[in-house]
Amino acid sequence: MELTRRNAILMGAGALVVAGLPMRASASVDDVIAQFTGGAEVGTGDITITAPEIAENGNTVPIEVSSGTAVEILVLATGNPTPNVATFKFGKLAASRAASTRIRLAGTQDVVAIAKLDDGTFVKASSTVKVTIGGCGG
Amino acid sequence: MISRRDFMQTSMAAAALYGTSGFGNWARVAAQQSLTQDRLLEFDTFGNVSLIHITDIHAQLKPIYFREPSVNIGVGGNKGAVPHLTGSDFRKLYGIDDGSASAYALSHTDFSSLAQAYGRVGGLDRVSTVINAIRADRPDALLLDGGDTWHGSYTCYQTEGQDMVNVMNALKPDAMTFHWEFTLGSERVAEIVENLPFAALGQNVFDAEWDEPAELFPPYKFFESGGVKIAVIGQAFPYMPIANPGWMFPEYSFGIRDENMQQMVNEVRAKGAELVVCLSHNGFDVDKQMAGKVTGIDVILSGHTHDALPEPVVVGETIIVASGSNGKFVSRVDLDVRQGAVLGFRHKLIPIFSDVITPDPAVTKLIDAQRAPYMDAMSEVIGRTGDDQTLYRRGNFNGTWDDLICDALISEREADIALSPGVRWGPSILPGQDITREDIWNVTSMTYGEAYRTEMTGEFLHVVLEDVADNLFNPDPYYQQGGDMVRVGGLGYRIDVNKPQGSRITEMTLLKTGEMIDPSKTYQVAGWASVNEDTEGPKIWDVVENHIAKQGTISLDPNNSVKVVGV
Repeated sequence: MELTRRNAILMGAGALVVAGLPMRASASVDDVIAQFTGGAEVGTGDITITAPEIAENGNTVPIEVSSGTAVEILVLATGNPTPNVATFKFGKLAASRAASTRIRLAGTQDVVAIAKLDDGTFVKASSTVKVTIGGCGG
Repeated sequence: MISRRDFMQTSMAAAALYGTSGFGNWARVAAQQSLTQDRLLEFDTFGNVSLIHITDIHAQLKPIYFREPSVNIGVGGNKGAVPHLTGSDFRKLYGIDDGSASAYALSHTDFSSLAQAYGRVGGLDRVSTVINAIRADRPDALLLDGGDTWHGSYTCYQTEGQDMVNVMNALKPDAMTFHWEFTLGSERVAEIVENLPFAALGQNVFDAEWDEPAELFPPYKFFESGGVKIAVIGQAFPYMPIANPGWMFPEYSFGIRDENMQQMVNEVRAKGAELVVCLSHNGFDVDKQMAGKVTGIDVILSGHTHDALPEPVVVGETIIVASGSNGKFVSRVDLDVRQGAVLGFRHKLIPIFSDVITPDPAVTKLIDAQRAPYMDAMSEVIGRTGDDQTLYRRGNFNGTWDDLICDALISEREADIALSPGVRWGPSILPGQDITREDIWNVTSMTYGEAYRTEMTGEFLHVVLEDVADNLFNPDPYYQQGGDMVRVGGLGYRIDVNKPQGSRITEMTLLKTGEMIDPSKTYQVAGWASVNEDTEGPKIWDVVENHIAKQGTISLDPNNSVKVVGV
């Protein structure tokens, strides 16, 4: 009759409580970006990030980054305790400069991709992924 | 708020670009008090293609009453824009007379008295008559079902959707897309879809493991009609595993995937499509936003948010048609397509007034055959409504059906607070009407209807309300899931719809003591429709039935416990 203990734990888990609020980017995000760019200015341009608007499962969120001219793409989950997700490097002969992976998100936050292009400049794109407790679809 | 002048301009601009809507005719018919089947169906066949759209039937085979919302708040760029206009604002925008048939069909004002005058709406045997009449004008008209078809009634639950499949097959749709169907479980969905005599489409239905398009649901299908090559692209409900229990269909992943939609549009255009139609279960605001991002879609047939609009909304070169819910409306869109371009359109939202439209006898017989084995159980009278009591659900906050369900949860499950999902389906009951078991199932039936009872802290309750509020009031439509606010019993709160998530909900009050909710205190909460697996409890329809049976006659106190600001 009652909710099982397991369900109650699932519903009341601390992780869900923080999931309701957007995660604030930690100071270390700026440090990681600065380290990647060497302090160079970051513009917008030849970089796309594709991510779901609302995660179906915050533990495994599919994302894809692509750029025609990137030599390196840094991916950051700005709201995670450890923001670093991956750095993808592309050689001169790379047929396609795109990569996809699945990442774990601690809560609603921006996922950021910063690409170093072959001309040495840096560009950035970001996508907000909402992590929700869900439950009431019309 | 859109002024009448703005509306006239957009309408004229649209007319200049494309064509006209049949709404004017319908309004005039109503004014003349001469509601006849011929007048309702009157339509000057236009161009070379006809589309017929029906959506969100929620398994309503028989005529019902359905009250449109009195509260439908638009936020961000959609503040004051259709479909977020209700009552007199809505009637003013479309020039609808108070008390007219159109007012009854499309707005909530004087609902129960107009319902006495104009009668029930819907019924798939009446819908069949309308479809047959359109096909008589245009034999190769396409019938497109926007989904939420195999869910929402006693018989649909008992037959796992087979009743709806049997009756819809008789109407011969050409394609369909999906939402609640998946709550039958992926195995049952596959069993039905594999034998479906029409296309089951969804460009955004993906295999969850490989993140590749799911084979069972092709993205699009080509049709030839009036010498025009038409591509119909399906768009299933994007947030299925979030808004509904993902564990029931773990093989699938969804999402809006508008970049893939663009690819599909490009692909069908490259293959020679002259008309691109998107059969969508996105919800209206999401469709509007998608129409602004994806280029090359001519028509979006929009479902999910249950809006009924007497005129299409034009975004760029895309027209968006919203056709209501519960079998209450059918939209007809005629288009003139020449050399790959839409030169004009004509549109009509046809209300299915069940006393005016003659039922198709073959379909009546088929419907009655589906219902026959269950008639004894369904027709049992459990209680009745008081002389001033209408029961309805639709609206952003609690409807009276929800209040009754929450009362039932609190008394039958001995809880402090009740939570009830903000779904948009469920017919209405008029004052002084019997409430049958079927009526209760019409507003509660689902495959995860367990009524749980659990403890929640005040803090967690706040998180729940904030989370659901953001699904409804996030200013970016792509982050909205298309349901209404979670309904609450025993709890009052204030909501500022314009605040960000985390600060919309304040002044949470436990109604039985009048005390503010304490974040660290634990409360007994009863609810239903949890998306979590292994939720336990009696079925919600049994809980509600027991409560109604004890009450006999239902008379609810007005619910003023939610204070909405920022509108």
